[in-house]
Amino acid sequence: MSGEVNHNHSELSEVQLRVKALETILIEKGYVDPAALDALIETYETKVGPRNGARVVARAWSDAGFRERLLADARAAIAELGYGGRQGEHMVAIANTPARHNLVVCTLCSCYPWPVLGLPPVWYKSPAYRSRAVFDPRAVLAEFGVRLAPEVEIRVWDSTAELRYLVVPMRPDQTQGWSEERLARLVTRDSMIGVGLALSPERAAALS
Amino acid sequence: MMGFGPIAREPDEPTFHHEWEKRAHALTLAAAACGQWNLDMTRHARETLPPAAYLAKSYYDIWACGLEKLLLSTDMVSEQEMKQGKALLAPRPGVGKLAGADVAKMLAKGTPFDRPARTPALHAPGDALRTKVMHPKTHTRLPRYARGKIGVVEAVRGCFVFPDSDAHGGGEDPQWCYTLRFAGRELWGAEADPRLIVSIDAFEPYLERA
Repeated sequence: MSGEVNHNHSELSEVQLRVKALETILIEKGYVDPAALDALIETYETKVGPRNGARVVARAWSDAGFRERLLADARAAIAELGYGGRQGEHMVAIANTPARHNLVVCTLCSCYPWPVLGLPPVWYKSPAYRSRAVFDPRAVLAEFGVRLAPEVEIRVWDSTAELRYLVVPMRPDQTQGWSEERLARLVTRDSMIGVGLALSPERAAALS
Repeated sequence: MMGFGPIAREPDEPTFHHEWEKRAHALTLAAAACGQWNLDMTRHARETLPPAAYLAKSYYDIWACGLEKLLLSTDMVSEQEMKQGKALLAPRPGVGKLAGADVAKMLAKGTPFDRPARTPALHAPGDALRTKVMHPKTHTRLPRYARGKIGVVEAVRGCFVFPDSDAHGGGEDPQWCYTLRFAGRELWGAEADPRLIVSIDAFEPYLERA
């Protein structure tokens, strides 16, 4: 589309040049405030990410009342922890059980609950994940190191409208009496998408 | 589509891989706040890239391509400006602007898509429904793998902006949205995992009684 942008800066890739051109034009025309770009970048680099979702899950593990509210009205429950807004306007939380494992995908694009998980990783947006998660999720899970017993139901949620899904993984054993903060360190991003499980205390200790 | 092979994961993946990705993401959000298009139009702009380009490009490159299309189609930016990488014409009047100081407020408010219902929902949890066989050339959110399939209503989610209309300037035309679940074998045939259940969130016009 903009192949004629000059290529004098040979160290810059074609897409870098195109994005630079877009930024220059939008600022020069007064459509975009450079301070807004800085604020947006800072927000998604530092304020929004899976640590938010981990706090939500840890609270659900610790507080039965919160868990009930989370499963009944996820947006309102998540707002209790101060998270919400763009791409989290219509939240649904789904809890794993020994008999049922939940997995979230957006086969049509890249829908993802930004306020609790941040921006999606590259693999979540890849054609491989988007096509295989609905067709052969057991093999997808195995690739992520999750091997479920054959009798466990795999429940895949394709986010085809404006609902955004958060998986509540099962609480690992041997965590009785743990604080929410300590529990949150067991909750990985992948476990809240459903391609992983929460870490065992041993695994978390080995990783830290 | 199938045959994309293993899922390529990256340990400790950063939020953005390059400076330009941060800027493409931020520019897309800031330009959307100008109020000249909606999210459904944005999705449509991206998914109507030539299929080979859509599959080959990296994610934020697709976003940049989508933004270029939207800016051109709304006459906010001209072809000539895009080619030369600088402003040549006066800005289009009546275009909103997101101030840096308002970013946090804008993100916290979000863009709710639910709307008051104009009619009662036609279906209830437990109803068996068939998704329509339809192949509109325009935007739709009924995935191809789930067309002409029988599922069961799991939840009635409320009334939401209808993407098929909203993406083409046809107005919000709110419709009831249902979580409809299918047995894996209904979608993929006899060889599918017998313990697989897949759901989609489907708008009422996509559905008919089974």
